[in-house]
Amino acid sequence: MSTTDMTAAPAATASPAHAKGDVLLEVRNLQVHFPVLGGLLRRRVATVKAVDGVSFTVYRGETLGMVGESGCGKTTIGRSLINIIRNISPEAEVHGEILYHAADGTVVDFNRLSTSEMRAYRSKIQMIFQDPYSSLNPRLTVAQIIEEPLRLHTSMSKAEMRDRVGWLLDKVGMRPEQAARFPHEFSGGQRQRIGIARALATHPDLIICDEPVSALDVSIQAQVINLMQDLQEEFGLSLLFIAHDLSVVEHISSRIAVMYLGHMVEYGPSEEVYFEPKHPYSQALLSAVPLADPDSHRAARVMLSGDVPTPLAKPSGCPFRTRCPIARPSCAEKFPDFVEKSPDHWAACPFS
Amino acid sequence: MSEDTTAAGSSGNPGPIAGPTAELPAGKPTDRPVSLLRKRLRKFKSLKRGYYSFLLLLALYIISFAFPILINNKPMVVRYNGEFYFPVLAFHNGETFGQKGEQAEANYTKLRQEFDRPGNPNWMIMPLYPWDPYHVDYEDGGSFPLEPSSRHILGTDDTGRDIFSRMAYGFNVSVSFAILLTVLEYILGTIIGGVMAFFGGKLDLIGQRVVEVWSTIPFLYTVIIVSSILVPNFMVLIFVITLFNWVGTSYYMRGEFYREKGKDYVAAAIALGATNRQIMFKHILPNSLTPLIAFLPFTIVGNIQSLVALDFLGFGLPAPTPSWGQMLEVGLKNIDKTWLIATPLGAMFVTLLLITFIGEAVREAFDPRVFSRLR
Repeated sequence: MSTTDMTAAPAATASPAHAKGDVLLEVRNLQVHFPVLGGLLRRRVATVKAVDGVSFTVYRGETLGMVGESGCGKTTIGRSLINIIRNISPEAEVHGEILYHAADGTVVDFNRLSTSEMRAYRSKIQMIFQDPYSSLNPRLTVAQIIEEPLRLHTSMSKAEMRDRVGWLLDKVGMRPEQAARFPHEFSGGQRQRIGIARALATHPDLIICDEPVSALDVSIQAQVINLMQDLQEEFGLSLLFIAHDLSVVEHISSRIAVMYLGHMVEYGPSEEVYFEPKHPYSQALLSAVPLADPDSHRAARVMLSGDVPTPLAKPSGCPFRTRCPIARPSCAEKFPDFVEKSPDHWAACPFS
Repeated sequence: MSEDTTAAGSSGNPGPIAGPTAELPAGKPTDRPVSLLRKRLRKFKSLKRGYYSFLLLLALYIISFAFPILINNKPMVVRYNGEFYFPVLAFHNGETFGQKGEQAEANYTKLRQEFDRPGNPNWMIMPLYPWDPYHVDYEDGGSFPLEPSSRHILGTDDTGRDIFSRMAYGFNVSVSFAILLTVLEYILGTIIGGVMAFFGGKLDLIGQRVVEVWSTIPFLYTVIIVSSILVPNFMVLIFVITLFNWVGTSYYMRGEFYREKGKDYVAAAIALGATNRQIMFKHILPNSLTPLIAFLPFTIVGNIQSLVALDFLGFGLPAPTPSWGQMLEVGLKNIDKTWLIATPLGAMFVTLLLITFIGEAVREAFDPRVFSRLR
């Protein structure tokens, strides 16, 4: 608990401002920039603003869904939150605050912790990866994979760890005797369950799910999502559920945030965002979700023209204005403020 | 870690992991968890040519350590005046066996002639092949090089030393040299390549330029310079060659580490709070060993050849050491005495062929495709 904002902590938990419950993670103006080097002297010629000023809050026990198309910065946000982006891409520049509210009331800014200071919080915030084939070390047995967080964060004996691994495997719907096997002996869905068991091992407060079902068959997706919902209730977890499939996110989340080109453009209760999107981008995105109902009276499909602009040269002001059906000249001036369209439902568009 | 789980399983501990696994019916390999390595080992064993080459070479190499007992001009056992002596294992001077005034090692040839006289109760047992690689056979009386005969099955070289004996000892020297060199080269190359790739950035950028400059230093000239300053012995040669050989390994390991560190399981390990050391040794290294193992036989072949080349040029091991390169050199000088060059060439050919068969099978065993030409 080194870089702890002791003064702000009691206020945040004491004030009953949030009807939804306690704040767990508060992200303020998160920016993740990747420099593009070029020329003979490897000078900085441009900057990819993968995440460009995103703020949101994750409450204890809730699921926040995050949707957006490829390249909008979803995965980068996930990796920044658990502070592994600087290990994976050391050139990335991360600005803003990632405030973790610990159970004892202290508040820590993950973005200011060093790698070794961060290690103390690793057991509290975990991640499930998109690709179940590359996220498990092929040389380790399932038991060794799930034991690793226990070995790093607890002082369990071998027997205790073995029991715990068996228990965790049981929780994710696998047989404890499968612990002696290697990842290549399992299917994608089973591997993803192993990944979930690994993330659960240390009883984290928050699990970041980075497209956990995108690589799975549709029939398996439902199983894994239901499993995650069950586990969330049982363990009182918070989930940050990142996906590009809106129907999946709507199913599991209590709130949804919509991302476009490194910006958050809309967030609100999941039913409202799903059925009554306010931002023109969300409306276009949702009209593309196929419905298995031939009599559906949903509004006509919103067709967007053009491609997503490159994050190297974003449009000024609202990033969506180049493709927006209701864009006006004033949209080019500055990023629009969030407008509360209905209670707790915010959209960054003054005209919708 | 894997020892822990297997140990727990074999000790019959009915833990949640070990219990049900132990109850599986034996002899059903598909039901047992198989590590990638075990899978590959199994496939390697199924490739008969490579596997038997490996067993043969391994057996020959192990036996070659017993050559001082099997191929030597000192007797294995001497029975002299009621006592046993073991001259292959210990030094005995001439006076021990009644050779007057002989403080140096006893002359066992003379001793044998003496023992062979009728009525002498003493006896000795000679090794299977009673010539050592340094002994000059003046007793034969012929002019060197001696032709192959029942006395010297492959003849002697131009200084009168037995060729079969030198070839056999040379095998041990060559293979030991190559294995030690390969191990050192792999360790150094893996550390340097791995660290550069893992930490990346400026370290890698500058490090790679240094490696590039280093790799342009001509190896042979350096060896010539070194051997003109000090007499090259086994360890000096190993040291000098290792200084240059690691570069190739480091390129491969750098590539492997770069590829592996981008995978999600490394990101997962960081997210779990593993330290750099744990990530490098436990996660990345075991997944990066494939090129090292696949190249192992060929690296050994290359290292045997480099020792032969150095010995042939006269910059290798010091003079009396039995070495194939020196034998080739003698053979080339006496090209009309064909047995001189045939022996080292044949020995090299057989050894390198066996290792190449092994290498072929290793490569095949690491190939995930099931169908195989070599099976």
